[in-house]
Amino acid sequence: MTTGRVRIAFEGVSVAFGPPDRRLRVVDDVSYAIHDGEFVSVIGPSGCGKTTMLNMVAGFMQPTAGRVLLDGKPVTGPGPDRGVIFQEYGVFPWLTVRQNIEFGLKLRANRRPAAERAEIARRYMRLMGLEDFADAWPRTLSGGMRQRLALARAYAVRPQFLLMDEPFGALDAQTRSAMQNLLLEVLRTEGKTVMLITHSVEEALYLSSRIVVMTARPTRIREIVEVPFGYPRAEALHEQPEFGRLRSHLRDLVMQEYAAQARQRFAVTD
Amino acid sequence: MGPGVRRAALILLPWLAIVALWYGVHHSGLISPALVPAPHAVAARFAELATGRLPLDILMSTRRVVTGVALGIALAVPAGFVLGWYRQVRTFVDPLVNFFRALPPIALIPLVIVYFGVDELAKTVILFYAAFFAGVIVMYEGISQISPIYLRVARTLGASDSEIFLKVVVPMTVPHMLTALRVALGVAWATLVASELIAAQRGLGALIQDAASFFQLDIIYVGIISIGFIALAMDLALRRLSRRLLAWQERMA
Repeated sequence: MTTGRVRIAFEGVSVAFGPPDRRLRVVDDVSYAIHDGEFVSVIGPSGCGKTTMLNMVAGFMQPTAGRVLLDGKPVTGPGPDRGVIFQEYGVFPWLTVRQNIEFGLKLRANRRPAAERAEIARRYMRLMGLEDFADAWPRTLSGGMRQRLALARAYAVRPQFLLMDEPFGALDAQTRSAMQNLLLEVLRTEGKTVMLITHSVEEALYLSSRIVVMTARPTRIREIVEVPFGYPRAEALHEQPEFGRLRSHLRDLVMQEYAAQARQRFAVTD
Repeated sequence: MGPGVRRAALILLPWLAIVALWYGVHHSGLISPALVPAPHAVAARFAELATGRLPLDILMSTRRVVTGVALGIALAVPAGFVLGWYRQVRTFVDPLVNFFRALPPIALIPLVIVYFGVDELAKTVILFYAAFFAGVIVMYEGISQISPIYLRVARTLGASDSEIFLKVVVPMTVPHMLTALRVALGVAWATLVASELIAAQRGLGALIQDAASFFQLDIIYVGIISIGFIALAMDLALRRLSRRLLAWQERMA
């Protein structure tokens, strides 16, 4: 489907925590490549190690074995080329909406003159529907607005990658679906290579070009599903028979892995 | 009745109740009236002292508290940063801090007199001690509770270590600094009066001690009430400052 060059690569990546005698293996020999402009969702049972995979790309942690490559170079730490969106938003409560968006643009790594900063902030406030809240404190915003602010702040420093860890998991169903459409729209105007961690099969199908299904811990790749729908996408996609077919297939896979996880737990406590 | 009048009435009411209770005790005959001076007698004494030694006593006490707290907090803030930030340091410093914090500063006064004499230095040392240990705990517990997500976000936006410190850690600790200041002020007033009771010519503690030697109960009351109102005024000023600096916080002090 995609012919672009490889941007993110997992090469035989394994992760384990803890001392040798009580070693907890989280990721087990995963190899996978994300190409330029792809939207890849990673799904699997909760606690399986999906977030660990994202954290390695973000630069928050290193693999125990294997390599995580970004444009061919091993990831050494976090950087403004990779925008990260967390479920808990991480909006700075002591800064107003505008100041949050400008935060990255005042750092040495990507400093811009004041006029340009203001222009960028205006642009993303408009795009995210926050222009009436420029001087509001985050505590006065709803969950959906906080996540839009987090997106605006991440976009402001012009990252090439968007790494999202359950970004809409804390939102109600309506807000969640509005956020999905907004994300698709923003991505259409400024393409990025996206890695999304989610446990919603529906969300993965609606947003991504490819879905990686992970197994229970220690996690491996269970199956890679190509999503055959083009962009732009609209809500009506949910009603298509092919969408429904893929949804049941993916749900089956995830449920099987949940069952495997439950068996493991039982075996351990027995 | 306007909301302003109503508010003023609500604030005044408990004070009037205390004065009324005070008169009640004075006239009840349960306690000899000689042991409980009437409020108006204390007020008269207050007016008399206000043109006498009281202003200087208040000035001396306030200056000692402000100096001790300023020095104590000036050191507690950086110490709190180090302890809150480096968990390894905390594991072995924590028991020490708790040991010294548990010692009532008043218990150290005799030793301080031995080593630092009875002058201003001695009082500054004891108040510094009180303010530092009260403040450092608040600071480091506050800092260690900062959610790591903000640090992660800042890092992914490209912040360096020094930028993270100045633009994330410092703003997040302002509330804790203000709390530390308030706690330290409270402890410092308590300690100050004790140290002035033992060794001082001037100050509200000395005023009370002098009056006690001559059994001038009304002057003792004047001293106590002055301390209460000064501490209250300082706390109100700090709260006002907090409200201005912490407009972003969900809960207001």
